[in-house]
Amino acid sequence: MTGVSAPARRVVVLGVGNLLMTDEGIGVRCVEQLERNGTLGPEVVVIDGGTSTNELMDDLQNLDLLVIVDAAATGQAPGTIVRMEGSTIPSAFSNKLSPHQHGINDLLAALTLLDRAPARLVLFGVEPHTLALGMELSPVVGATIPELCARITKEVATACA
Amino acid sequence: MRIVIDPVTRIEGHLRIDCEVENGKVSEAWVSGTMWRGVEQILLGRDPRDAWAITQRFCGVCTTVHAIASVRAVENALDMPVPKNAQYIRNLMIAAHAVHDEIVHFYHLSALDWVDVTSALKADPAKTAALAESLSDWPMNGKAVMTATKDRLLKLVESGQLGIFANGYWGHPAMKLPPEVNLLAVTHYLQALDIQRKANKIVSILGSKTPHIQNIAVGGVSNAIALNSQSVLTMERLLAVKEAIDELKQFVHQVYNIDVAAVAAFYPDWVKFGKGVTSYLAAPDFPLDEKGTKFETVGGYIPDGNLAAYRPITTFGDPFLRDNVAESVQHSWYKGGKGPLHPYKGETVAEYTDFHEKAKYSFVKSPTFEGRPAQVGPLARVLMAVAAKHEPVLAHLTRILSTVEALTKTKVPLDALHSTIGRHAARAVMCAMNVDILEKQWKLLIDNIAAGDVATFEKPVFPRGEVSGFGFHEAPRGMLSHWVVIENGIIKNYQAVVPTTWNAAPRNEKGEPGPYEASLAGTPLADPERPLEVLRTVHSFDPCMACAVHLVDTQKRDIVQVRAL
Repeated sequence: MTGVSAPARRVVVLGVGNLLMTDEGIGVRCVEQLERNGTLGPEVVVIDGGTSTNELMDDLQNLDLLVIVDAAATGQAPGTIVRMEGSTIPSAFSNKLSPHQHGINDLLAALTLLDRAPARLVLFGVEPHTLALGMELSPVVGATIPELCARITKEVATACA
Repeated sequence: MRIVIDPVTRIEGHLRIDCEVENGKVSEAWVSGTMWRGVEQILLGRDPRDAWAITQRFCGVCTTVHAIASVRAVENALDMPVPKNAQYIRNLMIAAHAVHDEIVHFYHLSALDWVDVTSALKADPAKTAALAESLSDWPMNGKAVMTATKDRLLKLVESGQLGIFANGYWGHPAMKLPPEVNLLAVTHYLQALDIQRKANKIVSILGSKTPHIQNIAVGGVSNAIALNSQSVLTMERLLAVKEAIDELKQFVHQVYNIDVAAVAAFYPDWVKFGKGVTSYLAAPDFPLDEKGTKFETVGGYIPDGNLAAYRPITTFGDPFLRDNVAESVQHSWYKGGKGPLHPYKGETVAEYTDFHEKAKYSFVKSPTFEGRPAQVGPLARVLMAVAAKHEPVLAHLTRILSTVEALTKTKVPLDALHSTIGRHAARAVMCAMNVDILEKQWKLLIDNIAAGDVATFEKPVFPRGEVSGFGFHEAPRGMLSHWVVIENGIIKNYQAVVPTTWNAAPRNEKGEPGPYEASLAGTPLADPERPLEVLRTVHSFDPCMACAVHLVDTQKRDIVQVRAL
């Protein structure tokens, strides 16, 4: 079931998080900006996953690269960007910051079970300043978006080269 | 002895259950939502036309349902009609969402309470196939398929990483299925992962995007209809919807419905557990006209399991529903003292006190109908249909109960539905009904377009002064209602009374337990350290806590803690 012989690389950039909880929405706000920038190649699919998971199965199966952007509690200064790759990611998700992350973990496990898991998985996480109720990012987290976008664009370009 | 399970849900969860156990049975239970959000406060002062897009961010599981309930609330406040095409398109999306949710709930969120994955490794694939083919015409039940599932499981076990199957109660004494039935169920678990995508595809074709649909508007939908044009709702897209409906229908009839009947047949005791609150509440849904006076499904209220005392809810804005809902915070971590409040007057000011079972112990409020707790969900819907003699639902109920009867060679009385397994059966019945509704709504939409009607939107007009309205939707987990007060075109108050609030309610003003709490009394526990039986009953309600509770959990927790005290 694996190994769909697609001519181009299949790459998805997925932003997850809850837009109603300030910095929790960083992943979604980042992919919104990526779409506006238009710097990713046309073959790259950008998805606002919100806090959903099951609905994403079609989009996330048999990928060459999945890049997830999310808020991540790593204990560092607010606005710190961390990059993780491969097997270190599930354990990051199991120490969950918010409910949706458990869901992503489950979805990835389901894809693994079906032999359709992404060949490479990269997570960009941003340490939140606040998770209070509200639809705006805190200034320190909002200010990470240009760097996040640049690093994701580079990550994707390297993978597609 | 006291056991505490925290959290309980496989998804979106912050739910804690405390059970007092005497002589191997639960004697009393307390259900606590341990996360506060108060998301409705974000809506205050905003444009009511934007509320649907914000409310669909309440929860990652039920995005579509909040969008629908929200536009219906605002449309009700404006007392405005919605074009038929818009109703049909919305109906198609909510029916497809429901089918998706029902399949995922059974296979991926609750089946592993009944199915022992490790036991499947002992199954004979040939015998499994023979059994499966005796039950159903499903073409994917052959020996090769069963062998492939077993090989896949073996590979997983040998890898030492059970992955998605890591947290099950494998080998638990309350697991009763023979190895072959377990292998069959795991096979269908895998197939269901694929088929659920078809239901989601319908939502994404019509809604332009999932997980968050884009096509809803107060006054209709934003889909432009032009059968010959690209980039709008074309015949090609509508045919893709039909194809997905056909595949879903086959799976629901030949796989899901049969599997639920088989689990019921192998666990006959489970019609005796999980009864709980037998007053039921459901709203009608799938409006067939512009104002919401005719519907595909029936709604109403049944007090104390007495079907003869059924009273219907028949229209959008029905005063019988509007005037009889209230929420108590007597046992909830909110500032209270005003008694139960109607949702238009609802307040959500947090007042956290730690867990005190005699006082406050949950962030979930306690809603009542006519002052009493009520159970909502598929079982409520099925019982409304029985009380109202609504034939399309009765036909599916009879079909599924007959399958159980054929397997057990005993008659299944209607009363058996008031149970843990009854809720699964009712969900299976409603899933079959929802597939029928998909077919019918698809045809209504095509015929209406063919007759020349391509209207999809009516512009809303907001009056000066104050108006209020409520919108209801029978979401997969039960009746969802949004309540809005609008002043000069701006939201003044907003409350969402969600299905899990009804079912996971703590004790109310009079000290009466909510449906989860009541349903756990009498549940036997073979091994209190591994309270599988409690999870069976709680999962049968399909808990979704993300929107049932009104802040973020600041405590980091392990995935599941069970403490026996």
